[in-house]
Amino acid sequence: MRAPRLRTALAVSAVAALALTAAGCAASKRDPEAPKKDTLVFGVAGDAKVLDPSFASDGESLRVARQIFETLVQPEEGGAKIVPSLATSYTPDSTGLVWTFKLKSGVKFHDGTDFNADAVCFNFNRWFNYSGLLQSPDVSSYWQDVFGGFAKSESPDLPPSLFKSCAAKGADTAEITITSVTSKFPAALALPSFSMSSPKALKDFEADKVGGTAENITYPKYATSNPVGTGPYKFESWDTTNKVVKLTRNDAYHGNKAKIKNLHFKTISDLAARKQALEAGDIQGYDLVAPADVKPLQDKGFNVLVRPAFNILYLAINQSGNPALAKPEVRQAIAHAINKKNIVDSKYPPGSTVAIEFHPSSLPGYNESVTKYDYDVAKAKSLLAAAGYANGLTLKFHYPTEVTRPYMPAPKDIFELISADLKAAGITVEPIALKWSPDYLNAVTSGKNHDLHLLGWTGDYADAFNFIGTFFSRAKDEWGFNNPALFDQFKKADQEPDVNKRAELYKALNAELLKFLPGVPIAHGPPSLVLAKDVTGVKASPLTDERYATAEFK
Amino acid sequence: MMRFIVRRLLQLIPTLLGLSILLFLWLHRLPGGPETAILGERATPASRAAIRKSMGLDDPLIVQYGRFLKQLLRGDLGNSLNEKRPVLDLFLERFPGTIELTVTAMIIAIGLGIPLGYLAAKRRATWLDHLSVGASLAAVCTPIFFLGYLIKALFAVNLGWFPTFGRQDTTIDATRVTGFYVLDGIMTQEWDAALDAMHHLVLPGLTLASVPLAIIVRMTRASVLEVLGEDYVRTAEAKGLTERRIRGRHVLRNAMLPVVTVIGLLTGGLLSGAVLTETVFAFTGIGQFAAQAIDNRDYPVMMGFILIIAVVYVLVNLIVDISYSLIDPRVRVR
Repeated sequence: MRAPRLRTALAVSAVAALALTAAGCAASKRDPEAPKKDTLVFGVAGDAKVLDPSFASDGESLRVARQIFETLVQPEEGGAKIVPSLATSYTPDSTGLVWTFKLKSGVKFHDGTDFNADAVCFNFNRWFNYSGLLQSPDVSSYWQDVFGGFAKSESPDLPPSLFKSCAAKGADTAEITITSVTSKFPAALALPSFSMSSPKALKDFEADKVGGTAENITYPKYATSNPVGTGPYKFESWDTTNKVVKLTRNDAYHGNKAKIKNLHFKTISDLAARKQALEAGDIQGYDLVAPADVKPLQDKGFNVLVRPAFNILYLAINQSGNPALAKPEVRQAIAHAINKKNIVDSKYPPGSTVAIEFHPSSLPGYNESVTKYDYDVAKAKSLLAAAGYANGLTLKFHYPTEVTRPYMPAPKDIFELISADLKAAGITVEPIALKWSPDYLNAVTSGKNHDLHLLGWTGDYADAFNFIGTFFSRAKDEWGFNNPALFDQFKKADQEPDVNKRAELYKALNAELLKFLPGVPIAHGPPSLVLAKDVTGVKASPLTDERYATAEFK
Repeated sequence: MMRFIVRRLLQLIPTLLGLSILLFLWLHRLPGGPETAILGERATPASRAAIRKSMGLDDPLIVQYGRFLKQLLRGDLGNSLNEKRPVLDLFLERFPGTIELTVTAMIIAIGLGIPLGYLAAKRRATWLDHLSVGASLAAVCTPIFFLGYLIKALFAVNLGWFPTFGRQDTTIDATRVTGFYVLDGIMTQEWDAALDAMHHLVLPGLTLASVPLAIIVRMTRASVLEVLGEDYVRTAEAKGLTERRIRGRHVLRNAMLPVVTVIGLLTGGLLSGAVLTETVFAFTGIGQFAAQAIDNRDYPVMMGFILIIAVVYVLVNLIVDISYSLIDPRVRVR
């Protein structure tokens, strides 16, 4: 009796296998050239962490926030310059401390409540009064970056707050007072983290009820399933298991309504899988196109949007770990030894440029006449000899693996090119390859065991301080130097109210930095995103501030 | 039989205990730590140190292990560092996807593997035999992620027959009941959703089935060849029994014992294969989740995944042992 049972089981399995394939085929008469015309599915590399933008600092959360929320000011479309958004104008008083924001009228949040000066102040006061876990750097990262502390800072490490008060002067005027003049304000208000949320929704969905512990924060309903802004898209759902955030058009939007009804962000962490999904018509766009894929995708007719480069790759030199690197001649020798043009020409996508300083040329304060370190092996050798290393020098060189960054498309290749250049000048490197996160980042930003390493930065907002201030305005383990005079110069530049004078101060700082040479600026690389052949209307932003409300199917 | 099952289940305890110690030591020997996963790339050394302290990562290893074991005994695998939720809940949400995928893969592997292996043995040295042996060799040699991309390039990108990623189209708003999307679609009579879920299973299922399919073909072929040479088969042929009766009652039944053992081992192994397959197909099961955890140094998730694999492996082997007795009456479990 058992043999027939076995036969039956086998027969059933075989039939099931064939049936499964057949069923799939039956449902599969898809036309990859015909995506669903009312839905744009955009492939992203990672999951959003949280939907309340004030808690977000990761690119994917901010990407979603940009569609749902709006800020008082925003970067111009396709650029980094700050232009009005929910505020129609913003002017400082003579001290530079009191800023008057005139607001757009007739704007409503997705829940039907009015956007007005009270809502602006509600949002600012909410951030300023964060307490407990909300003061964790993991929760309010950008507030702490830009505004420092809170009304009652609970950590002695937090600086005094830059924010002082907000007052509603009628429905359409908000007056924000800050405690000191800084180049960050109001530029930083373009960050999605300073988006305007509906005060009613914030209260209804207990937006401040962050629970758990510092290492295990749990977010409230507002941040996971009920974000309410004024943007062209409304939140619909977030399926964390299947990694899809679904947004739908806000038909009551105060500006031009979104042209595509549904916008989905689907996480496909594997780069090759994102590319195949686009080619198959399963998604209509994705970010972080590999430089090697730009040309093939363009040749196939896909719309590759190249963002203006708003980043920097540098070779960092740690002056505290190895006494040789504290000598300016050695750092200059390293700079002269590197053939930056060769790196850019061979490893970067078209449109990339050699960096001569630590921020892109589009920012005020860029200085054409900084000290330049041309590729000159003979000079590098003589500088090394002058520093007492005529017989050569061995340096530890950290580089990251399993990662590409917009400013660093091929870390290992770039490492190899630089290593070969250094070797030609008499510097031998001891390679240390580490996984990007957390090993590499931990190793190169703390301790003293790193001599040279590759790292970079993509700007958050249009301000020189966001680049060079982040790197050099205070003593950091990454660089291993303590230069109080330089740090003072940064403070002075940041607090200069006059825009033109501030630009001059940053120019001077750039000149000073390139003379001091804490590291070697290498390249600015333009990152790309790609959209399906029939999707138009999206403009690439240097700040990754693409808004999909303007996207449409041809 | 019952005593056998209980005894085998009890054997799980020392296995898992030993495994948990090995895992714990191994994971903590890895360079780096979970601080960056929690704090992000902007973390300062001071905040990293604070996190390490608050998580007890600076405590002696034995203390940390004791804490971990105590939680484990309560069925608590801890919270994911990345998702900030209980690991067990996160696994339970994703397990149905992986089960659907592995079942699909095993249906394909067994359903095609055994008939192909049998035919290859019966028609030894014909084109069919050469083809199946050659193809299985190629399948075993091809890395699964590479095969995944190839299969996708052909059937999804070029032919447009199947989707390239996910468990269901993002535009389908299906009712969720059990988390098994095919089953949910059938239960709720949302046929589109069920068909779409099956549609999404074909390519990852085929990819994941490649290695077990190849091994089953080769094992079946070898085993059938051996049995075909046995005296009792010659006797059956001499007696004039029908081909069908010889195949079913004498050849396949006796040839299946080693094949079933291999199927058991392969089923456990499928969970490991699912890590790569699910990543390539952005298929949201526990494999992709584990891959992500490795990227993020999400220790609790990594530990949970390996422990789950171990439990599944032991259970599958237990089922295999029990199934021996069904196939071969001479084998009795005690």
